[in-house]
Amino acid sequence: MSIVLAVVIVTVLGLVGAAILVVAGHFLHVAEDERIGLVADALPGANCGACGFAGCADYAKGIVEQDAPVNKCIPGGNVTSQAVAAIMGVVAGEVVARKAVVACQGNYTNTTNKYEYEGIKTCSACNLLFNGRGACKYGCLGYGDCALECKFGAIQMINGVAVVDPEKCTGCGECTKVCPNALIYVVTDLEKPMVLCKNKDRGALTRKDCSAGCIGCMKCQKICPTGAITVTNNNAVIDESKCINCQECVNVCPVNAISNSMVVEPVLEK
Amino acid sequence: MITELAIIFFGMILVDNYVLVKFLGICPFLGVSKKLDSSVGMSVAVTFVMVLATAATWPIYTYLLEPKGLEYLRIIIFIIVIAVLVQLVEIVLKKYIPPLYNALGVYLPLITTNCAILGVTLLTLDSGYNFAESIVCAFGAGMGFLLAMVIFSGVRKRLEDANPPKAFQGLPITLVSAAMVSLSFMGFGGLIEGIFKV
Repeated sequence: MSIVLAVVIVTVLGLVGAAILVVAGHFLHVAEDERIGLVADALPGANCGACGFAGCADYAKGIVEQDAPVNKCIPGGNVTSQAVAAIMGVVAGEVVARKAVVACQGNYTNTTNKYEYEGIKTCSACNLLFNGRGACKYGCLGYGDCALECKFGAIQMINGVAVVDPEKCTGCGECTKVCPNALIYVVTDLEKPMVLCKNKDRGALTRKDCSAGCIGCMKCQKICPTGAITVTNNNAVIDESKCINCQECVNVCPVNAISNSMVVEPVLEK
Repeated sequence: MITELAIIFFGMILVDNYVLVKFLGICPFLGVSKKLDSSVGMSVAVTFVMVLATAATWPIYTYLLEPKGLEYLRIIIFIIVIAVLVQLVEIVLKKYIPPLYNALGVYLPLITTNCAILGVTLLTLDSGYNFAESIVCAFGAGMGFLLAMVIFSGVRKRLEDANPPKAFQGLPITLVSAAMVSLSFMGFGGLIEGIFKV
């Protein structure tokens, strides 16, 4: 008898619970815009935060509810923005493809160590000890904090220097935040020349530390037809907006510190 | 009466802390304690559900199961009741109090079948508390959970800067430090008896 009662009580409680939930679900239903789910599905789901929102789900919500622009997703690129625009019924703006570039060529061939580092194998830790193990204190520390940070596996440590694979890089810019020497830039045009050095020491000193370091010789500044290059603190800086991609500076640089960033990888691999 | 309730309340927070002394609710304790704000959100949701669940299960047990001699059914029935209750609360919050839903929303489904919730409802019955005492006990358990979470989120922040040997990285070092925090709470044993002279 008692087993019958037990079964009845459990069944009735279960049914009552189910009934309550069904009724509540029916009467208290909150209409949620179904496009949020669709947009979230169309986004890459990497949650990189390059769009400025907390993650892909948050961005989807922002697009639907706050009319956020649909072309903010850098990893997804044009394909994603078009898919999202189709869902939202708006015209997608062009997504400017962006790639990260590591502005240092101080690999084991070009530079030397000033001491043997045996501590924790991260750039941030190594940097605490006399500004890193490398002869140049402005250069790549070579322990790959950026490679760890990259969600797309686009950064590899080759010969002691971080190298970005432009194919895999989505330009989300997460790596730029972790480099202790702030060597990583996100650029829109890889064809244009870039100064691949951040050394601010005087020329003679730089020369001793690294064979590919900018010595501040001003040659590029003088030859640039549009005045896009300025040398400040013994280091050349190219204004990307003024650069017309004539490649004069690349040819004139005596230390090959200015390079078309697309060719970084082959240079390092030889 | 007030003294008894106070004894139960502070006893649940310090002496019988659910996470650190009774080892219930370890899953959210380890899962959500990485950041202070999410650990506080989780704890508030847990406290909320603990009180509600106790308020719902205590009458069911006392007026339905106990008179019929069906005490052995309490675990399965409590699970059903708590699950229904949490889902219902979620629906109601979503409809009427959206800010609270946004604050607790992510955590509510997570704790539907959390052992700490079920543990509170069962252990208050074992202690023979009446309704008011059970509610205070559940609230105290939730506050104890909050305390443990807040303390531990601070500990974890320090752990992130530390660099333990590779074998200890991640969960192992977290568990070791959780054990130390738990050990420190053992020191509260006998505190309540000393303060309230019972």
